[in-house]
Amino acid sequence: MPWAEALIKSKVKEAKEADGRILSYSEAIREALTLALELDPKTFLLGQGVNDPVGMFGVTTDLYKKFGEERVFDTPLSEEGLTGICVGAAMTGLRPIYLHNRPDFLLCAFNQIVNHAAKVSWSDAGKSKAPMVIWAAIGRGWGGGSQHSQAIQGLLMNAPGLKIIMPSTPYDAKGLMLSAIADNNPVLIFEHRWMMKNKGVVPEGIYNVPIGKGIYRRKGDNLTIVGTSQILDVALNAVDRLSEDGVTADVIDLRTLKPIDEEIIIESVGKTGKLLVLDTGWTTGGVCAEIGCLVAEKAYHSLKAPIRRIALPDLPHPAGAALESYFYPDEKKITKAIKEMSEE
Amino acid sequence: MIRYKYNETNKKGFGDFAGKLSAQFLTSIFRSMLRIRRIEEAIEQEYPKDQMKTPIHLVIGQEATTVGVCAALEKSDFVLCTHRTHGPYLAKGGDLDAFFAELYCKATGCVGSRGGSMHLLDKDAGVAGSSAIVGGSTPIGTGMALSARMQKEDRVTVVFLGDAATEEGAVWESLNFAALKKLPVIYVCENNFYSVCSPISARQPAGIEIYKKAESFGLQAEKVDGSNALEVYRAAKRAKQRALDGRGPTFIESVAYRWRGHGGAGDDSASGYRDGDEVGLWQKHCPVETFYDYLLDADIINKSGREKMETDIRSEIEKSIEFAIDSPEPREADLYTHLYSE
Repeated sequence: MPWAEALIKSKVKEAKEADGRILSYSEAIREALTLALELDPKTFLLGQGVNDPVGMFGVTTDLYKKFGEERVFDTPLSEEGLTGICVGAAMTGLRPIYLHNRPDFLLCAFNQIVNHAAKVSWSDAGKSKAPMVIWAAIGRGWGGGSQHSQAIQGLLMNAPGLKIIMPSTPYDAKGLMLSAIADNNPVLIFEHRWMMKNKGVVPEGIYNVPIGKGIYRRKGDNLTIVGTSQILDVALNAVDRLSEDGVTADVIDLRTLKPIDEEIIIESVGKTGKLLVLDTGWTTGGVCAEIGCLVAEKAYHSLKAPIRRIALPDLPHPAGAALESYFYPDEKKITKAIKEMSEE
Repeated sequence: MIRYKYNETNKKGFGDFAGKLSAQFLTSIFRSMLRIRRIEEAIEQEYPKDQMKTPIHLVIGQEATTVGVCAALEKSDFVLCTHRTHGPYLAKGGDLDAFFAELYCKATGCVGSRGGSMHLLDKDAGVAGSSAIVGGSTPIGTGMALSARMQKEDRVTVVFLGDAATEEGAVWESLNFAALKKLPVIYVCENNFYSVCSPISARQPAGIEIYKKAESFGLQAEKVDGSNALEVYRAAKRAKQRALDGRGPTFIESVAYRWRGHGGAGDDSASGYRDGDEVGLWQKHCPVETFYDYLLDADIINKSGREKMETDIRSEIEKSIEFAIDSPEPREADLYTHLYSE
């Protein structure tokens, strides 16, 4: 899809710091997978297209040549069956990493993700565990449409027993992939296509980025902005431009949605009194709703203004540049919200 | 209206399958079936007291399948099943105290009351998992077989499923994958014609046999008389050897009949979904009593031997029920543990 390629290239961000080794987002993930496969013979990779030389965003390129086809293998189009197969393998000593081209396909696997994987440890009273990683990259652009563009973290944040990660930098993509593989629970990782070619500093070797801990990307006073993934990227552009007008914000990259870092959010809202929550998923009943309610419950007395959220309209995702431009929140929309909130 | 009769034409005797099996082995198969029968009857008797607050799905009439299969397995082999858990759990050697305690939803239950009857587990005995979602444990068992192969363990994984499970897509996804990778897994489909109250004629096209569908997916497949524990045993033994030799998965369709309702105590045929006479027809081919008659005839067992078994079994059951009743309930704090594994 050449137009999609061009679209993604136009979103590429060059790393600001030049010291430290620079890798692209997808190279960083590939490095994490390579390290994990080298370090732990119990890990294995599967997915539709993992052995495709131009597949899976380059994240799995040639890994089967290095580690063999028993540990890195292409799969039938059986998302539910294979997720259950991963559950069984994980319950008996292995660490499967199941990669998907897009989260939309995971909707086929909800029975195994929610009814089974999420409940293994609890239902077996701690006698079993299901250490597995399910990875997918959110689609967007060039006619993808309603079934090829979904970001489903909101749907899954509700289910006890899962962990959900949404990195936004190459550094975190590698570190959190390693943490996810090492974690003894089912961990879902949602990347975003538009970040795959972003570049950033990525240390060599193994390093730890903790699951469940957010990080400040900017510090400021007017409001708190909380988000993850590609929408956070957009927000950072807005914030950086607005700093010229003297508007500043705490920008928190949660990195993990489940379990959520309540502490960092409450700390920041305690200082600013205003919260803007961002998400790449739908508005109603989604991530923003959860974070908003959390802050209303636990930081009510810090609030000086109503909580605001920017997420997708409650509509199926459209195709085509025109409809997409009305649908997806852009820098302009976020800028407007920040300005209004700073003046409230 | 009788829909499903025991198939007399293909019926083979126990003698056809006994071969050189020892008297001790044959007796143990009988004892295992009798024990399950008596345990299920005891549960049925206690159930109206409403102290076992969990849905039960009895295996009365179907004992030969799980017993026949488990007789071919080692302790280290795994079995997984669906909501009809008692057969696989007991036939595989699951702990009886933990079993009753789980039915009574006590802290000493096999999963501390977290699952009740539909989620029995005994990892030491190789009772590796169960799922109350029909077809849910089929992929999981397939994954355990993949694991055994990848870690080079000499283990066979058996997945028990019902006829209705073969209407779930994920079951065929599992079979396809198992055949593709030649996994050491045995799928045992207990075809008892009914899914709750739906007869198989409402769910699958007439004349299309379940095991033939599995065969078309590339699995070794056969159909056995689920009222003949030895026929089941022989098929399971062949399947196990096949699995360990790396020749891939087997699908065994075992035809039997559920004497009681889908769930709960007693036969609910009076509601009209099936003819009570149909139950009566199948009861003539009781897997336990017909095998007893064969063993009696072959001088492998005698009446007093059986009486001793019955007494021992009754005593074992009474002790376990007492243990369960005397066990403490879980505490509130117990609810919150193990959501995540550290």
